[in-house]
Amino acid sequence: MTIDLVLFFGLALISVVAAIAMIASRSAVYSALFLVLNFLTVATLYLLLNAAFIAVVQITVYAGAIMVLFLFVIMLLGTERESIGGGIRWQMPLAIVLGLALAGELAYVLLRTDIVQGPMADLSTEFGSPASIGRVLFSEYLVPFEVTSILLLVAMIGAIVITRKQRREGK
Amino acid sequence: MSLALLLEWTIKSVVIFGIILGGFAYLTLFERRVLARMQTRIGPNRAGPWGLLQPVADGIKLIFNEELIPAQADKVLFLLAPVITVVPALIILAVIPLGPEVTLFGRSYYLGLASNVNVGVLYILAVASIAVYGIVIAGWASGNKYALMGGVRSTAQMVSYELALALALVGPIMLAGSMSIDAIIEGQRQLVWYFLVQPLGFVIFLIAMVAEINRSPFDMPEAEQELVAGYHAEYSGMKFALFFMAEYGKMIAVSFIAATIFLGGYLGPFLDRWPLLGPIYLFIKVVALLFLIVWLRATFPRFRYDQLMAFGWKVMLPLGLLNVVITGVFIVLVGG
Repeated sequence: MTIDLVLFFGLALISVVAAIAMIASRSAVYSALFLVLNFLTVATLYLLLNAAFIAVVQITVYAGAIMVLFLFVIMLLGTERESIGGGIRWQMPLAIVLGLALAGELAYVLLRTDIVQGPMADLSTEFGSPASIGRVLFSEYLVPFEVTSILLLVAMIGAIVITRKQRREGK
Repeated sequence: MSLALLLEWTIKSVVIFGIILGGFAYLTLFERRVLARMQTRIGPNRAGPWGLLQPVADGIKLIFNEELIPAQADKVLFLLAPVITVVPALIILAVIPLGPEVTLFGRSYYLGLASNVNVGVLYILAVASIAVYGIVIAGWASGNKYALMGGVRSTAQMVSYELALALALVGPIMLAGSMSIDAIIEGQRQLVWYFLVQPLGFVIFLIAMVAEINRSPFDMPEAEQELVAGYHAEYSGMKFALFFMAEYGKMIAVSFIAATIFLGGYLGPFLDRWPLLGPIYLFIKVVALLFLIVWLRATFPRFRYDQLMAFGWKVMLPLGLLNVVITGVFIVLVGG
């Protein structure tokens, strides 16, 4: 148990530091890499919770696919060093207000409900396995699953259509 | 966790690292000798008998090389990139079993690190998907346009071929009914080796794996005639050696994966009587696949970049999807 605690606080520290560094960093490439570090530590936290499937999917999808494409775009466009003052002027105060509101709500919810309910009941070894997730996904949640897949397909086709149109105009 | 168990796991981990590191050294020699024979040359044969000390000589030479850091480079990432490149190659073998359960000195040992986890195949794909970072970072941090081009190319290439790689692995998963590597080997023990029932999947996997590790004829990220040396153009000395190690480590790793998932892994005749034959069978299969990779390099010219992307998206991906559909129909008709 103590090993779990030490690991948890170590990982939590790394993930929070990586998240802050992602925002504070002035180089877009560094920001993206700090976000990757954050994703990897969160995946390890899932592993500590015995959720191996979610952990591996987190690495494959977020760290492996999405962030690689982010880095690709950053490098391709050559926008590594965006000056910090060049942003939208009203963004900063609005972000502070909204962030404080979110923090207040979180604190309220945490203080109101009794989150600390003692140790959780032991789960069966089947819980969270790929087989059980697949079974639930394709029976109970079949409609949302299919709707999501169509949504993603439409978004993909949309992106392709937009780029094709621009190319024709350019010629 | 008892001390004996801890010791057992440590030894297993060290053995797996040793396979990659020792394999890397001698794979370079193997490749040079085989290539030389195919081109009717002799190859390195001076250092030691049959050139067996050549890897040692290469290593010593690289240690004494001057370590250059370009003035334009981003120093932190420039130093970090070779390390990031090596890690995936070292850890990906954790889910591959080297042999069946054996009994030594009155205790039974399992010759694998984590081959029974139920997300084994996904773990392989996850590690493969983060393997691109080292190359991209190296290309960007070098502050050199050719290196950057190599890094950007490798990103596009590895992301594209990862899809075909993943789809090729879906067939064996469906046949075994599990993502655990142990279950896939057990399925091959009961049926046949999966390359016989998954010929299309096997071919797609072989092509995609060669592209994924940036080997010829898919070595776009380091196409010498176009990009000097691609993403590692600015690297020298031990940092270059790390890139080299990663490339050959990945060759060994994907050969292990292909041998395990499609060629029956450690399975072979008389395995039940002598379980220690398992690692030997696996070794033979891996060497055969490595020979195939070297053979490909000696045979094919490099793809053109647009051909490479068109091939990945317009041929490999639809064929991979088709293979999944065929496998599904096959399982429903025959009854698994």
